[in-house]
Amino acid sequence: MAYLLITDVAPAATQKQVPTGSQPRLWGLPAGWWFVAPALAIIFLFFLAPIFASLLLSFTDFDIYALADWRNLRFVGLDNYHQLFNTPRFWTALKNTLYFVLLGGPLSVATSLGAALLLEAKATRFKALWRTVFFAPVVTTLVAVAVVWRYLYHTQYGLINHLLAALHIGPIDWMGSPRWAMPAIILLAVWKNFGYNMVIFMAGLQSIPRELYEAAEVDGASPTRRFWHVTMPMLGPTFLFVGVTTMIGLFQLFAEPYVMTQGGPLDSTYSLVMLMYEQGFRWWRLGFASSVAFVLFALTLAATSIQLRLQRRSAA
Amino acid sequence: MRSSLLALALLLPFAGCGAAEDSRQTVDFWAMGAEGERALPLIQEFEAAHPDIHIRVEQVPWNAAHEKLLTAFAGNSLPDVCQLGNTWIAEFAALGALEDLTERVEMSSDIDKRDYFAGVWNSNVVAGLTMGLPWYVDTRLLFYRTDLLKAAGHDKPPATWAEWMQALRDVQARQPPGSYAILLPVNEFEQPMILGLEVGAEMLRDNAQYGNFSGERFREAFRFYVNIFREGLAPKLSNTRISNVWQEFERGTFAMYITGPWNVGEFRRRMSPGMEDKWSTAPWPRPPHGPASSNAGGASLVLFKNSPHKDAAWEFIKFLQQPRQQIRFNELTGNLPPGQKAWQDSGLLDDKKFAAFYEQLKNVTPAPAAPEWEQIMTGEFVKTAEAVINGGADMDEALKALDDKVNQLLEKRRWMLARKSASPTFEH
Repeated sequence: MAYLLITDVAPAATQKQVPTGSQPRLWGLPAGWWFVAPALAIIFLFFLAPIFASLLLSFTDFDIYALADWRNLRFVGLDNYHQLFNTPRFWTALKNTLYFVLLGGPLSVATSLGAALLLEAKATRFKALWRTVFFAPVVTTLVAVAVVWRYLYHTQYGLINHLLAALHIGPIDWMGSPRWAMPAIILLAVWKNFGYNMVIFMAGLQSIPRELYEAAEVDGASPTRRFWHVTMPMLGPTFLFVGVTTMIGLFQLFAEPYVMTQGGPLDSTYSLVMLMYEQGFRWWRLGFASSVAFVLFALTLAATSIQLRLQRRSAA
Repeated sequence: MRSSLLALALLLPFAGCGAAEDSRQTVDFWAMGAEGERALPLIQEFEAAHPDIHIRVEQVPWNAAHEKLLTAFAGNSLPDVCQLGNTWIAEFAALGALEDLTERVEMSSDIDKRDYFAGVWNSNVVAGLTMGLPWYVDTRLLFYRTDLLKAAGHDKPPATWAEWMQALRDVQARQPPGSYAILLPVNEFEQPMILGLEVGAEMLRDNAQYGNFSGERFREAFRFYVNIFREGLAPKLSNTRISNVWQEFERGTFAMYITGPWNVGEFRRRMSPGMEDKWSTAPWPRPPHGPASSNAGGASLVLFKNSPHKDAAWEFIKFLQQPRQQIRFNELTGNLPPGQKAWQDSGLLDDKKFAAFYEQLKNVTPAPAAPEWEQIMTGEFVKTAEAVINGGADMDEALKALDDKVNQLLEKRRWMLARKSASPTFEH
């Protein structure tokens, strides 16, 4: 999914016209096809075929009974989808996932950009050290991180509530209250992942020609105006890439609530992927779980196209 | 989803080619939770007595066990012997994954069916066939603070539902704000289920083809349960919100609690030494009609059908079933033995707090043996109970809605049963 889009996003590669007629052929196919054939075969076998299989699965009632004996498999058409839309928990999961994406997405992108700007600023010292520190959470195991964050969020002994108490706020029952559990998960997810986008933003910032800033400075533009009128437009393609990949990633919300809250309290952190996991691997209703997967796929696709269109328009 | 299917596809060709040929036979044994580790001395003793058999133990955490077992079934990589929660037996029997042990039990002179608590034995029987042997048993019953009940004018634990309700009210009247007469975590289905079993409610009817929670019997049990909350005698909290049950029990935040044998040891270990005389256990209070039955919980040992070492595995299961080993297992893990002889020989009966369990175990009922049972209870029932207790939903309507959902979940089961009866030659 992601890399299909990247080709869209990356600055258009210079395409050389190869005269097709002059290519050597083997069994009627241009030789080029044979060179990519192994890669295509792998993509087909391990990417397209499973997707197609799970699409088919979503029209069946594949479950433990079918696992035991294929004769227990029934084709049910759109029943899984119908049942899914009539499941209250699906709507809860959808609401939570959207909450996570809509709040976590902008927050995550803004944090990454802020960190990248700070690291690229002339006054910053020990850049390599900071870069490593900010990137470290990305490569740390989530389970280990979760253990630490559970302490940070602890109602009585947690550092966060300790700091809030100094401001005369709290104590907040982060993991126990339906109102605060999702914000707590968002905070964790942003902290865990902003380093990745930060690196991409840094690359984007470095590729902006110095001359543009110098020219703007000569024209008397303030640092703020230079940011809005040089940095931001020049970061356009980077924004699009970061925005799209971040959103796709956020729709897959699973590991954070799975290790921190198990979807609770009162389903307030229950996500679409958790619903899929529970139906698929806890109750082994793979047909139903596949229908969740395809609804999630459709959602992600729709959200991505909207984002692409919006950003293209603003760029035009 | 996608990547998991992929992983499955990648793993399939490798499944089933473990077990290198050794001079000894290797029997793979999966044990859940702490049992796998603590039972090691028993396994060493078995290996010493059977030099030709090697037992390879794998510990599986309880909360990942169900997924792991089903995945292993799909990938044909199940072990030979496994510890299985007895509520899962119906499910794995329906999959056709379990070896029928009926004949082996009958042929064996070591295993005396009558020694086991009947309700517990029956939880291993699916459609008349013995699919597993009980390894340990558990059932839930009433833990109560003797001092707090006495102060409220109750010298003895409640014996009937009416006495129980009265005791709850009397205790609650003396509790400070924020403290309660009883703790019933709203996200645990076991308590209302046992109340239902007590009154003989058939929660699934017609061979577990339809939900029957709105039936008269279960409604009676559920009303009793919900009233405890509506009268403010129990906090409307889930168990994830109570971090330290032992501490709260010692403080008297609640005077009664319904839990299993594993907590007898925990309570003793974690509460101050002076508390020992201030709490006790009691069998379930009797409903207006019928005996005081509780749930037949616990774990069993099963033999998988695809095992290539069935005879060796059966030797191992038989070994663990010996009363002597049941007693040792109890000493090592604190789990209660499934056989009455082990109870009598071990001195467990002299411990007053365990004696109540012995009394209760003579009268336990297994939960309905439908593969969908666990999903029904943890997925749907708990939500319904929470909606009624916390959300104030109407009891009867909520139970009717629950039946609708359960019927939907059981649709496949009905279809399969109908097809099976339509073509009698169809294999199970």
